Amino acid sequence: MTNNIVEIDNLSFGYKGRLLHKGINMVFPRRKVVAIMGGSGSGKTTLLRLIGGQIKPTKGEVRVEGQVVHQQDRDGIFKLRREMGMLFQHGALFTDLSVFDNVAFPMRELTDLPESMIRDLVLMKLNAVGLRGAHTLTPPELSGGMARRVALARAIALDPNIIMYDEPFAGLDPISMGVICDLIRSLNDALGATSIIVSHDVKETFLIADYVYFVANGEVAAEGTPHDLMQSTLPFVHQFVHGEKDGPVPFHYAAPDYQKELMQNV
Amino acid sequence: MSKINLVNKLLSGLHMTGHRVIEQIWRLGAGARLFFLTLTYSAESFRRPHLIVREMYFTGVMSLIIILVSAFFVGMVLALQGYNTLQKYGSSESIGVLVALALIRELGPVVTALLFAGRAGTAITAEIGLMKATEQLSAMEMMAVNPISRVIAPRFWAGVFSMPILVCLFSMVGVLGGHLVAVAQIGVDVGAFWSQMQANVEFADVTDMLIKSFVFGVACTIIALFEGYDAPPTAEGVSHATTRTVVTSALAVLGLDFILTSFMIVA
Repeated sequence: MTNNIVEIDNLSFGYKGRLLHKGINMVFPRRKVVAIMGGSGSGKTTLLRLIGGQIKPTKGEVRVEGQVVHQQDRDGIFKLRREMGMLFQHGALFTDLSVFDNVAFPMRELTDLPESMIRDLVLMKLNAVGLRGAHTLTPPELSGGMARRVALARAIALDPNIIMYDEPFAGLDPISMGVICDLIRSLNDALGATSIIVSHDVKETFLIADYVYFVANGEVAAEGTPHDLMQSTLPFVHQFVHGEKDGPVPFHYAAPDYQKELMQNV
Repeated sequence: MSKINLVNKLLSGLHMTGHRVIEQIWRLGAGARLFFLTLTYSAESFRRPHLIVREMYFTGVMSLIIILVSAFFVGMVLALQGYNTLQKYGSSESIGVLVALALIRELGPVVTALLFAGRAGTAITAEIGLMKATEQLSAMEMMAVNPISRVIAPRFWAGVFSMPILVCLFSMVGVLGGHLVAVAQIGVDVGAFWSQMQANVEFADVTDMLIKSFVFGVACTIIALFEGYDAPPTAEGVSHATTRTVVTSALAVLGLDFILTSFMIVA
């Protein structure tokens, strides 16, 4: 058993003639919280989809538990996914099911556990995210933060070894953000799992991550511990971490000369 | 210069036509692929019949009101129109046969399928399209649950099983509507109404109706499912998909009806 539960090796991925990732290398050690950060459209979520085997790389490979994901057949991929839990950006709760049934869903679909045991497990998972009292509610009755927590309870329903978070802090108020932040760290430590967080929220991510990768222009632009990256003098990292308007990532989208464009109809 | 423009316009038109034809062929292939995948992954649905029964409630039971009310009015109109013509030839007692055969052979399966596409088909497309847009199908896949066997197949079989039941109910209520107008309003002899119907409606008519309803059920449901599954994950994409469900289902039902009727008449 290697120390890294997930390894991304020289990975390239593109579609419609555009190369989104160009030879990316990353490792995700067991029991660590590792963040992938970068601007919007930099392909962070796509990396999660590649790890989950929802799409295939153009070149290179992703290994989960030492197995190359894209070389697995459907059953093999489903077997690997049973080791994973994923929190989607907007929760992706099943709107026709109650909170209880949402969390029970993977247990009912993938195990032969008796209903009485499923009930206890669901209440335990909901208790872990502080929503045991909300088990009868339906997704439309939940706030954004509550929906995210229910989705987290569902993601850990089968005690996965890898938990992937797609923008877990997006659109949350400061209290919910703090709650989710705490939950990610505490659940990771309690379950002995490995967490992969895709985010662009620097403050929250740096609070809980053990290691951070910065992705820009299809490559790993920088990597290190949050402390190292806070001190980094690399222009891109400095601009991103300190939220500067202009820098290596320009404020203006590529456009023809401003003066010429304004004067062309004169 | 104008000649060059004309040639360019013609070429552009040709290019667009070719593009649309290729797109439609691609969609036909993708639809056929979904159909075969649905059949392949149907075993799970039959192992858990409550999934199919639940969907039959939403597709079949919830469509009952519009289908039964429409059937009643269609039956009444048929009786009025039929009596108007038949009395000219002195055979107004045959009104019961006319109403029953028109409903069983044609109007029952076709009108039910069109109403089903408008009521249940659009609901299925919107539901699947929104599940896709809100990443519910992706979430299912990431949980190692196959969305085709868990979401698509139960809805498919619910539609296929619901349609023949709805067609039978449509025909029965239509005949009752015809009876109300012919017997209670116009005064046709009640014995003649029912006995002529019993004597002239054959078992083959009923089996043909069931065959048509089964085929329409398959067509309407798979079209609705495919449009939802293939919809771009945006509000506009789901809106266009529901419209396409109605248009494609209506055309498919009318085309299939002609083909099936041709075979049934020859047989």
